[in-house]
Amino acid sequence: MKARQRQVTPKNAATRLLWVEHVARIRDHKDTQAFAELFGHFAPRVKGFLINSGADASLAEECTQDVMATLWNKAHQFDASRASVATWIFTIARNRKIDLLRRQRRPEPEDLTWGPEEEPDQADVLTLQQETELLGAALADLPHAQRELIEKAYFGDLTHSEIAAETGLPLGTIKSRIRLALDRLRHAMK
Amino acid sequence: MTDNIKHHLNDAVLMAYSAGSLPEAFNLMVAAHLSLCDACRARAESFDALGGEVLEQLESAAVAALRPGSYEATLALIAGGPVAEKTRDDLPCAVLPKPLRDYVGGDLNAVRWKPVGMGVKQAILPTSKDASARLLLIPAGTAMPDHGHHGTEMTMVLQGAFQDEDDYFARGDVEIADSDLHHTPVADIHEDCICLAVTDAPLQFDRLIPKIAQRFLRI
Ligand SMILES: [Zn+2]
Ligand SMILES: [Zn+2]
Repeated sequence: MKARQRQVTPKNAATRLLWVEHVARIRDHKDTQAFAELFGHFAPRVKGFLINSGADASLAEECTQDVMATLWNKAHQFDASRASVATWIFTIARNRKIDLLRRQRRPEPEDLTWGPEEEPDQADVLTLQQETELLGAALADLPHAQRELIEKAYFGDLTHSEIAAETGLPLGTIKSRIRLALDRLRHAMK
Repeated sequence: MTDNIKHHLNDAVLMAYSAGSLPEAFNLMVAAHLSLCDACRARAESFDALGGEVLEQLESAAVAALRPGSYEATLALIAGGPVAEKTRDDLPCAVLPKPLRDYVGGDLNAVRWKPVGMGVKQAILPTSKDASARLLLIPAGTAMPDHGHHGTEMTMVLQGAFQDEDDYFARGDVEIADSDLHHTPVADIHEDCICLAVTDAPLQFDRLIPKIAQRFLRI
C-alpha cells in the first residue's frame, strides 16, 4: 500500500445535518451567517472542481459565484430527503459547467415531485444523510488508484484513453478499475 | 411512470450523465428515460451523490483559492435578484416526456415529421453536433431495413413497441446498440411505433470531434 495519506476525511452525518439546517435558514430567514459558512466550505471546492474540469481560473471564479448564488435563490427547492447539500451543490455546479464550458443545454428529467412544497419527513432526511456518510466513507476508503479514476471520471474532461496516457495505465485496467470501484462502493453501502 | 420497463440504462451512461460528460443528444436520451423510469432515476441520484462526495473530498491541493472579494461579489449577485424560474408544463397524458417536449416545442402533434422512405418518418432534434437525436415513427407492422450501427446508438420506445432478433421493446425500454449489432427491428402491429434514437456517429464528417459518448459506454 502506498504511504500517500488522504488530506480529507468524509463528513459525518451530524455535519451534513447541520448544513441541511443552514440551507433551511437561508430559505426561511435569508440568513447570511449560514450562507457565509456554506460559502466558506463549498465555494473553494466548487472552484477547484471546475478548474479540474478544464475551466480557467477566471471562468471558474465567475461560475462559482453563480453556483453559490443559485444555492441562495433555490434554497426552497432543496430536498434533504433526496440529496445531501454536497450532492445538491455538485449538481448545480455540474449544470453550470455544461452551460458555460460546453455551451450546451442540459436536459433534465421531468420533475415528479414538484408541487406543494411539503417539509420532508425528518426520518427520511436522517436516513439519506446517513447513507451519504456511508458513501463518503466508502469513497475515502477506496484504494488510491481507484479513487483517482472516479475523480477523473467526474471531472469529466478526460477520455478513458486520455486517462490511460496520463496515468500510464493500460485502458483495460482503467475500465476494470472503475467497475471494481463501483462494485466496492455498492458493497460498502449494503 | 411505468414499472414494466425491462431494458434500462447502464452504469456507464448514468455515471457519464451525472458527471456531465455526455453529448447533448445522449443527455436528452437519459433525461427522457429517467422521466419514465423510477429505477434508473434512483441510480442516477446515487451517481449524483457520488459526485457530491468527490466534490466534498477534493484533496486540499485541488481546492482553489477564491478571488479576494468573491463572497461580496456573490452577495451582490444575489441582491440582483434570482433568474426567472421555469414555469411548469404539466401534461400527464403526453406521449413525449417533458425533456423531449422542450426540444419539440410541444407533444406529438407539434413534431415536424419528414418522410425517409417505406412509410418511416423522422424529426431531427436540435442538439449539439457531437451526437444526434431524432424521433422516428415506424408504421405498425413495418420492418426497418436490416442494418448495422456506426458508433453507439441508443433507441428508446415512446409509443407502440418493436421486436428485433433478440428482444421486444416497449415504452420506456432502451436498446443500446454498437457496431457489433446487426438487426431488423419490426414495429408491433397494434400501433405505430415512435422512438427516440440517439447516436454519436450521426454525420460522417464529424469524425474528428472526440467521441465523448464512448468514454464510458463500454466500461
Ligand atoms: Zn430504467
Ligand atoms: Zn438499429
